[in-house]
Amino acid sequence: MTARQRADRRAGLAFAAPAMLALGALAAYPALWVLWLSLQQRVPIFGIARFVGLDHFLFLAGDARFWNAVRVTLVFTLASVALELALGVAVALALQRQRTGRRLALSLLLLGWALPSVVTAKLFEWLYHPSAGLVNVVLGGHAINWLGDPRLALPALVAADVWRTMPFVALLCYARLLTIPVEVYEAARVDGAGRAATLRSITLPLLRPILLVALLFRTLDALRAFDLMFVLTGGGPANTTETLTVYAYRSLFQTLQLGFGAAIGVVVFALVMAVAWGYLRALRGAGVAA
Amino acid sequence: MRRRLRAWDAAVLLLLAAWATPFFWQLRTSFTPDVELLTTDRAVPAHPTLIHYRAVVDRSVMPRALLNSLGVASITTLLAIALGLPAAYALARLPVPGKGLLLLAVVASTAFPQITTVSPLYLLLRALGLRDTWTALVLADTSFALPLLMWLLAGFIRDIPLELEEAAFLDGAGRVAVVRRVILPLVAPGVASAALLTFLAAWNEFLFAFTFTATEASRTVPVALALFPGVFEVPWGDIAAASMLAALPPIVIVVALQRWLVRGLVAGALKE
Repeated sequence: MTARQRADRRAGLAFAAPAMLALGALAAYPALWVLWLSLQQRVPIFGIARFVGLDHFLFLAGDARFWNAVRVTLVFTLASVALELALGVAVALALQRQRTGRRLALSLLLLGWALPSVVTAKLFEWLYHPSAGLVNVVLGGHAINWLGDPRLALPALVAADVWRTMPFVALLCYARLLTIPVEVYEAARVDGAGRAATLRSITLPLLRPILLVALLFRTLDALRAFDLMFVLTGGGPANTTETLTVYAYRSLFQTLQLGFGAAIGVVVFALVMAVAWGYLRALRGAGVAA
Repeated sequence: MRRRLRAWDAAVLLLLAAWATPFFWQLRTSFTPDVELLTTDRAVPAHPTLIHYRAVVDRSVMPRALLNSLGVASITTLLAIALGLPAAYALARLPVPGKGLLLLAVVASTAFPQITTVSPLYLLLRALGLRDTWTALVLADTSFALPLLMWLLAGFIRDIPLELEEAAFLDGAGRVAVVRRVILPLVAPGVASAALLTFLAAWNEFLFAFTFTATEASRTVPVALALFPGVFEVPWGDIAAASMLAALPPIVIVVALQRWLVRGLVAGALKE
């Protein structure tokens, strides 16, 4: 080992150590602690703290409210991610042919994405207002109680989420489309490919890798989403919008069962990690490098 | 052909403006007097007013919340850069023991659900006596800001040609001097992009801020907005005005600093 290599090793450690210590204390340590917490009965206001093993998880296995939350989380994730991807690709294709006003277009597009989700919740709470909300006005003046009707609340929530996250998908796809050389399209035209054929056999296959990345990012975010439903519907009406994250939060800080709430948090964690792991395996299997 | 393209451009802009309607409608509401709130047939209120903004500025916790958010988001961003920039350089360029594992840990921690770590962080911050302080929020936000920033910066640093550093070494410069004279100037735009995304994430953060704060001493804008008080009925106009104030930094970032924002967003996804 040369003097330079030794110096590099020392520098590497010195440069990385502060960040790694911070991540260890603020991310790794809590992630391990929550596992331990989920095996305990912890109700601070009654001074209860005892080890209960896997009791919380066994209880969850037979808990109807938990399975409802699982269903809501999955329906929310599938519906919202599918709509975001479809609309996002459409918007990116529309932007691809944009020649003037691109900056303005991106400003309008990214506005919804950049807002705090609490602001989005307040925007849609007002839009969905039964008597003065714009949605009902546009639909012809019916007094539909979007957020109060158990059949409508989840679709209304999905719409708000699609509004704020579609721009992310559109931007990624648009950035990818910009890197496709014009010559590719010219060659296709020379070969007599029509617009539909070009889209099907050139544009969409080239978008595939970035779409898979967007799919991964968006699925992970949808599974752990919390702010929007907590502020917009609070999990109601009748728990029809109560995701796992909202159930966990209510258990942790409203009924103050720290151990039980931690157990639901661990389930969310396992779900997110399983999805991430599955995606990465599938990507590697398909030989796709994004 | 040219005219058709222009028509297309206008159509796309109109479509995107329509998509942004929820925002513009709230903007309109923020200038609408209460008696006109039910009048929805005009694009602009008949008697626009600043009364909601005055109510929010004079009689709500919003001004203090804006200060808290600005402080917490700025300090979080600075701390993340101070810790993350050297670490990103080490991960991109230096032989760090266990590097593969470290990179995996950084990526994994960007995927941590906040709802999972919120309970141990709550116990930790309570034990340290930090509840309801800026420090608590800065530490909690760093848990997601730091991995995000490190990931972005490591990518930007890898894009810098190695030859530039080698040339500086041949001139007899040490590692720290190389980082300062060669890497820093070249990665500065990348740092700006990463800083913008970090700031935005900290500004928008709700779950940690909602859990770790108790009074207006540390309540951030999203928390103040979520808890916005109404005495007898919901003050929609005041809420609209408060929403617009909460949206100000994101608007500035999207409109005026768009280039850096887009660069950071795209880089994060394309370098996976």
